[in-house]
Amino acid sequence: MAAWIETLLAFGANLWAMLPPIVQELIVTLLQILPLVIVVILCVAFLTYFERKIIGYMQGRIGPNRVGPKGLLQPFADVIKLLLKEIVIPANSNRYLFLIAPILVLVPALATWAVIPIFPGFAIANIDAGLLYVLALTSLGVYGVILAGWATNSKYALLGAMRSAAQIVAYEIAMGFALVGVLMAGGSLNLGKIIEAQSGGVMNWFWLPLFPLFLVYFISGVAETNRAPFDVAEGESEIVAGFHVEYSGAAFAMFFLGEYANIILISALTVVMFLGGWHSFFSGPWFAVLDQTPLAFLREPGFFWLALKMCFFLYLFLWFRATFPRYRYDQIMRLGWKVFLPITIVWIFVEGVMAWSGIGPWST
Amino acid sequence: MLALIYFYTLAFVLVVAAVGVVTARNPVHAALFLILSFVTSAILWLLLEAEFLAMVLVLVYVGAVMVLFLFVVMMLDVNVEGGRGRFTRYAPFGGLIAAIMFMELGFVVWWRNLGLPVMETPVPHDADYSNTKELGAVLYTEHVYAFELAAFILLLAIVAAIVLTMRRRPGLKTQVVSEQVKIRREDRVRIVKMEAEKD
Repeated sequence: MAAWIETLLAFGANLWAMLPPIVQELIVTLLQILPLVIVVILCVAFLTYFERKIIGYMQGRIGPNRVGPKGLLQPFADVIKLLLKEIVIPANSNRYLFLIAPILVLVPALATWAVIPIFPGFAIANIDAGLLYVLALTSLGVYGVILAGWATNSKYALLGAMRSAAQIVAYEIAMGFALVGVLMAGGSLNLGKIIEAQSGGVMNWFWLPLFPLFLVYFISGVAETNRAPFDVAEGESEIVAGFHVEYSGAAFAMFFLGEYANIILISALTVVMFLGGWHSFFSGPWFAVLDQTPLAFLREPGFFWLALKMCFFLYLFLWFRATFPRYRYDQIMRLGWKVFLPITIVWIFVEGVMAWSGIGPWST
Repeated sequence: MLALIYFYTLAFVLVVAAVGVVTARNPVHAALFLILSFVTSAILWLLLEAEFLAMVLVLVYVGAVMVLFLFVVMMLDVNVEGGRGRFTRYAPFGGLIAAIMFMELGFVVWWRNLGLPVMETPVPHDADYSNTKELGAVLYTEHVYAFELAAFILLLAIVAAIVLTMRRRPGLKTQVVSEQVKIRREDRVRIVKMEAEKD
């Protein structure tokens, strides 16, 4: 019995050794990417479930409770329904761009995960210019929206696309400036090193010295993902559904997936940049007493903490949607250009003075 | 080996996209081909270890400039067929420029065969080499005056662009946000106490 397993293992090892190193590397990388993508997509599925459930409870309803225990299988029912539906392509649309647009929304949202440090010392691509990569890829997401709006050849879609594009361009600048502050404080473009620079307890995380940038970044993230209260690009009460008004079936599912993958991504990035990534809540000197107790494991950094903090921000996204009325469009533009941008620029100067005069956690 | 495969694949895509920019009938398609060529050339720069320039190319040109460009092109009502008549008018001039460029490229290849000193193939850096850091160190020490001057000129351009486009037309109704925020209930609503009308 054991003999043939050993032969099989030896055969496998031989087969592996026979592969050229390039192919080996390719296989290892693919095996890292695949679980991550699957986990992100599953997170998207359950995020939609929790969104309906949480908003339901906030509005005194129960939310989905029919499919599976407590309605937990509802997202899968939705996915199957969407995949089985027909994709209607409008007659006067630009066929190729119409079909490419949903892919262009989804790809940057997933590709950015490559540089996010998932647990201490691991990211799929631990590249040196990680922050630049994040900025570059998040700036690509707007194309899917614009192209969808234009290719559909419908007035509502075009209006939605224009609103979305102007909004994303405006808030991207504020986001970029907020990240300039992070990179000044972290002293590196590598996301892993930025997290390491935040070690040493809750007070050393960048949310405290960079508090205005933290707020600006997260609110811009909400605006960037076209979520309530900044969801004028969809604006179902004015322009029906905005840029994806004519999309159905699997193509619509792609937009949906892209939007929620972006939400998860923004939460992850906010945690990595401002809340210490995979650092533990209890890692500071305040909780040093825990070292002697059986609870010492709570002080260890790990994936668990990243996930916990991300859940908090995901909850905020849902909470916002249930709480705030939609912004008026000119007020969105005002907030982005005239409020957030000056705040970030001023705070970069303040931070420079702080670093120069030795105030702040990164100077020690 | 792998780098060569990447290079030739990307170079092929780049050339196809560049040809697409000039041959596409629809201006939106042309703009999209331009974006594709930007992205592929950024990846080509990554192969040259110029990761900072590659990322900035994507960030600035693809992420910001081309978005606005695409925006404008979509808003324009471009007559697709109208541009064809001008092709023959400009063809000789374009052909001349193309010929000059091909000649220059040919010269470069030809010179290499004459045995003149050619720069050696640079040695690839280690994995922990940071192109961004090197660039920053040079920009902020050796070339700091030129860098600051460039930044100043850009700032001037921003201010100038805003001044040129900002005009106050008389009689234009705008919202003054500070006024809106300042409003109290008393300014808008008057609660009047009165006797109920009995009739």
